Amino acid sequence: MDQFLQQLVNGLSLGSIYALVALGYTMVYGIIKLINFAHGDVYMIGAYTAYWVTTYFGLSFLPALLVCMVVCGLLGVLIERIAYKPLRKAPRITALITAIGVSYVIEYTTQFFMGTSVRTYPPLLPNQSWTFGPITITYLQFVIFSVTLVLCVLLTLIIQKTKIGRAMRAVSADENAAKLMGISVDNTISFTFFLGSALAGAAGILVGIYYNSATPLMGMVPGLKAFVAAVFGGIGSIPGAMVGGLFIGICETLVTAYGNSMYRDAIVYGILILVLIIRPAGLFGKAEKEKV
Amino acid sequence: MSKNLLSRTNIIWTVLVLVLFALMTLLMQMGIINSYYQSVIFNICINIILAVSLNLIVGICGQFSLGHAGFMAIGAYSAGIITKMIPNYWGMLLGILVGFVISTVAALIVSIPTLRLKGDYLAIATLGFSEIIRICIQNMKITNGAAGLTGIPQLTTWPIFFFCMILAIMICTSFVKSAPGRACIAINDDEIAAEAMGINTTRFKVIAFVVGAILASLAGAIMANYFYVLTPGQFTFNRSIDILVMVVFGGMGSMSASVIAAILIGLLNMYLQQFTDLRMIIYGAALVLMMIFRPQGILGTWEFSLEKLLEKWKARASNKGSRRRYYG
Repeated sequence: MDQFLQQLVNGLSLGSIYALVALGYTMVYGIIKLINFAHGDVYMIGAYTAYWVTTYFGLSFLPALLVCMVVCGLLGVLIERIAYKPLRKAPRITALITAIGVSYVIEYTTQFFMGTSVRTYPPLLPNQSWTFGPITITYLQFVIFSVTLVLCVLLTLIIQKTKIGRAMRAVSADENAAKLMGISVDNTISFTFFLGSALAGAAGILVGIYYNSATPLMGMVPGLKAFVAAVFGGIGSIPGAMVGGLFIGICETLVTAYGNSMYRDAIVYGILILVLIIRPAGLFGKAEKEKV
Repeated sequence: MSKNLLSRTNIIWTVLVLVLFALMTLLMQMGIINSYYQSVIFNICINIILAVSLNLIVGICGQFSLGHAGFMAIGAYSAGIITKMIPNYWGMLLGILVGFVISTVAALIVSIPTLRLKGDYLAIATLGFSEIIRICIQNMKITNGAAGLTGIPQLTTWPIFFFCMILAIMICTSFVKSAPGRACIAINDDEIAAEAMGINTTRFKVIAFVVGAILASLAGAIMANYFYVLTPGQFTFNRSIDILVMVVFGGMGSMSASVIAAILIGLLNMYLQQFTDLRMIIYGAALVLMMIFRPQGILGTWEFSLEKLLEKWKARASNKGSRRRYYG
C-alpha cells in the first residue's frame, strides 16, 4: 500500500507533464480540427531552450520557465502561420501530412545543430524532499505539481473570463459565425497556438529537469501519449485533457511498478482503443449527432 | 469495360510488363544495374506494394489508416521465423501464407470495432494497434525481442519482387473496378448516402481493410527474405507515415499515382543519401511545400488507363484521316 501511494505520487508528477502537453493538443484540435503532430517537437524545443538558457546564460528556474514558454509560444505561432494557415480549408489528411512534415523539419534541424548526444542540465532546484508518512515528495515533484496547477488555473481563467478566451470559444464553436460577429479568426487561432505551445514549452523544461536529459527525438513518443490523453479526456475539452494526462501518467507508472515495463506503451494504446470503441467522444467530450 | 480476358488492353499490358521485366533483367545481368541500384529497385518494389495497398484503404475507401506498418511487421516476422526453420521456397510460401492468415485475423480484430470510428479517431486507433503489434513483437521470445531476427535466408530474388509487385497492382486495380470496389468508392464519396442506397458500409470497409492488410503482409514477407535482418524498430509508426506520404504525394485514389510516387520517393531517398544530416530536413520541408502548393498530390485522382489512351489515339488518327479526306 505504501509503495502504491508513492507510485501514485510519481504517476501524478509524470501525468502533470502529459496534461500540459495534452492541453495544447486539445486546444488546437478544438479550434481547427488538426492533430498537430509537431506539438511533441515544440515540447522538445522547450527542453532544449531550457538547456541553453540555464547552461549558457545561467538563468534560474523561474526566468528559464518564462523564456521557454515565450520561445515555444512564438514557435507555435510561426508554425501555424507558415504551415497550417494556407491549409485551413484543405482536407484533414493534407493538414495531417503537413503537420508530420513540420515535425520532421523541427526534429532533424535540432539534430543537425545539436547532434544526437544527450544534453544534461545544471542543478536548478534544491535537492530536497519532504516525507509525509509513507510518501516522499521531492522538491522537483512539488514544483511540477505547482507549475501545472498554476498554469491550468491561468488557462481556465483566460478561456473563461477574458475577451480573447471568449473569441477562442466562439471560433471553436462556429468559425463562420464568429467571423460575422467581427472576431479576427486568424488572430484567435494564432493565439490558441501561442497558448498551447507555451504550455508545451513549460512541459519541456519540467521533463528536461525531471529526467535530466534532452534529445532531438524526445518529443515523439510523449507527444503521442499526450494525444492519447487528450482523446481519453475528450478531445476539445480542457478539463478532459488534464484528467486524461494525469490518468495516463498514473497508468504508466503503475504498469512499470507492478507489471512489465516493456508493455507500458502497449497498455497506453490499449486504453486508447478501448476508450475510442466504448466512448468515442472521450470522458468529457460531447457526442455529436450526425447530420445528413 | 471489356470482360474478355484476352482483350486488347490486357494483351498490351502483358506485353509491356514482360518487356519491362526482360529489360530490367537484362540490365541486371549485364551489370549496368549494380547491386546498389538493385537494392534501391527492390525497395521501390516493396514500397509500391505498400503504397497501392494503403491507397486501397485510404484513397479508395476513405478510411484513414496509420497502421500499415503493423501488418507489414506481421508478414515479415511470419516469413522470417518460418524460413529460418525451413530455408527453402516451400518455407517461404508457407511463411507468406501464415502471414496472410495472421494479418487477416489481426485486420478483422482491428477493423470490425474501429472502422465505425471516423477520420482522425480511426487514424489514431489504427496507429495504436500497429504500435501494440510492434511492442508485442518486441517482447516475444520467438521473435527474439528488441535484438531482432538475424540470419534469415535470402530467398527473394528479382523475379519474385517483380511478380509480387505486379500481383499487388493487379489486385488493387481490379478491386477498384469490382462491385466491392465501387461500394468503397461510394462510401468514400458520401457514407450516409451509400448507407441509404443499401450498401453495408462496415462490411465493405472491412473487406478493403483486410485486402490492404494482406498485401502489406506480402510486402513484409518478401522484404524479410531479402534483407537478412528484422528488428521491431523497422516497423514504427514512422514507417506507416512514410507509406501514407507516398499515397498522398502521388494522389489519393489513383493507383498509377501511388506507383509513380513510390518510384519518385525511392529515387529521391537514394539521391538524398549523400546528405545524411540534411536528408530528413529536406524531406520534411518538401512535404510541407507539397501540401501547401499541390495538396491533391502529383497526379490528383487522374488514373492512367491504356484503354482511354488507345481510344484517344484512335480518335486522333481518324480525325486526322477525316480532315485529310475533307481537305482532299
